[in-house]
Amino acid sequence: MTLDWSIIREAIPLLAQGVVATVKISVLAIVFGTVAGFLLGLGSFSGLPPIRWFVRGYVDFVRGTPLLVQVFLVYFALPVVGINLSEFWAGVVALSFNAAGFIAEIVRANIEAIDRGQTEAARSIGMTPRQVLVFVLLPQIFRPVLPPLTNELITLVKGSSLLSVISVYELTRAGQAIISVHFVPFEIYALIALYYYVLISALAWLSRALERRLHVA
Amino acid sequence: MAPTLLKVEGLTKRFGDRVAVAGCSLTIAEGEIVVIIGPSGCGKTTFLRCINRLEAPTAGSVVLRDEPIGGQMRDGRWRPFTESELASQRRRIGFVFQRFNLFPTLTAEGNLKLAESVHGGGDNKKGDPERRREVLRMLQLEDKMHHKPLELSGGEQQRVALARAVVTRPALVLADEPTGNLDSENSAIVLNMFQEMNYRFNQTIVMITHNPEAAAMCRRIIQMRDGQIVAPAPRVQI
Repeated sequence: MTLDWSIIREAIPLLAQGVVATVKISVLAIVFGTVAGFLLGLGSFSGLPPIRWFVRGYVDFVRGTPLLVQVFLVYFALPVVGINLSEFWAGVVALSFNAAGFIAEIVRANIEAIDRGQTEAARSIGMTPRQVLVFVLLPQIFRPVLPPLTNELITLVKGSSLLSVISVYELTRAGQAIISVHFVPFEIYALIALYYYVLISALAWLSRALERRLHVA
Repeated sequence: MAPTLLKVEGLTKRFGDRVAVAGCSLTIAEGEIVVIIGPSGCGKTTFLRCINRLEAPTAGSVVLRDEPIGGQMRDGRWRPFTESELASQRRRIGFVFQRFNLFPTLTAEGNLKLAESVHGGGDNKKGDPERRREVLRMLQLEDKMHHKPLELSGGEQQRVALARAVVTRPALVLADEPTGNLDSENSAIVLNMFQEMNYRFNQTIVMITHNPEAAAMCRRIIQMRDGQIVAPAPRVQI
């Protein structure tokens, strides 16, 4: 087997442009998805049943439908209700929407895993249910939540490759464009894999560093 | 005769078919130290938890300084308080757990500050440093105030838990076997603290214990059996 090194040299900077888009989309979706996921996770402990039902329905929908379908729904269905988003922002919204559902479950499960005595101690000093959640339970999940949260964020970065189907010029789409011109799928997909591997390794390293920092604190 | 602080009438708690507390009544005056004794599973802990509504009683009433705990009669009907209203009432009742239940992300001082902040309705974030220092001194914890619970021994953790319960000077302190997990030295420190609080601030304390030394320090001992208060126990039984 021989590799076409000239194509590889040419593809590296072109794919790097796709990497920039992938990083932008991923960072935005990580921020929005994490914030929304935490809010939804806390919402699952709300005293108002409609809020709990909404969170349950949201999580069930996200878990029960493929990400690709959710991407299409956001891209094609939102304009029907008068919301027109560019491919880029439709991608960000779809990934955030998906991540928020899974992160909400991570948050809920971690809060429920905290010893019941913590809630009782907080109630015994006169905390309201909201104060218990915000000042006692939430600070205790930051460290245990990191490994599953990192897994979810890694899935999100990988899932950004699906946005190529709505013409977002991210890493996979950039690779497909090069392949359609040069017909060298092996070299290009190998390069794409390498770029994703570096991106995700960096994310995992950041997570481990943060975990160590929280452990020390 | 000291005025009545706590009046419990016909307190009953059922868990399904099982009756944990069966119509207990009790009146406690300001400044009393009362010890509750009885065999394991006789309903002592449930009785105590019903007083500050960590458990909602099935029947009966609890009145603290003429204010009903857990709800009130309005237009001839019993209206239970919301969780926020209950929280406000619990600020007047300190509770010490057998298993400490300190907040692990906060230092010893942080645990106390949080209790003070809640007690002050969030307007008292810094609390009263003087009072905090005094409580920590009484419990010999001054050099541990910046330690997190996991860096403390079991005895030190229980002393911090006690400090957290009393730092706001609640009207009533409930303690569920506070020396149950402690060695004799730490038990003595905790019991001394109770006595000092009672002597200096007329603090009213209701304590469950199996510890004869703890029982010996109080003027009034109540015995429970099968969910009922059977009799004041004579001291010779302890």
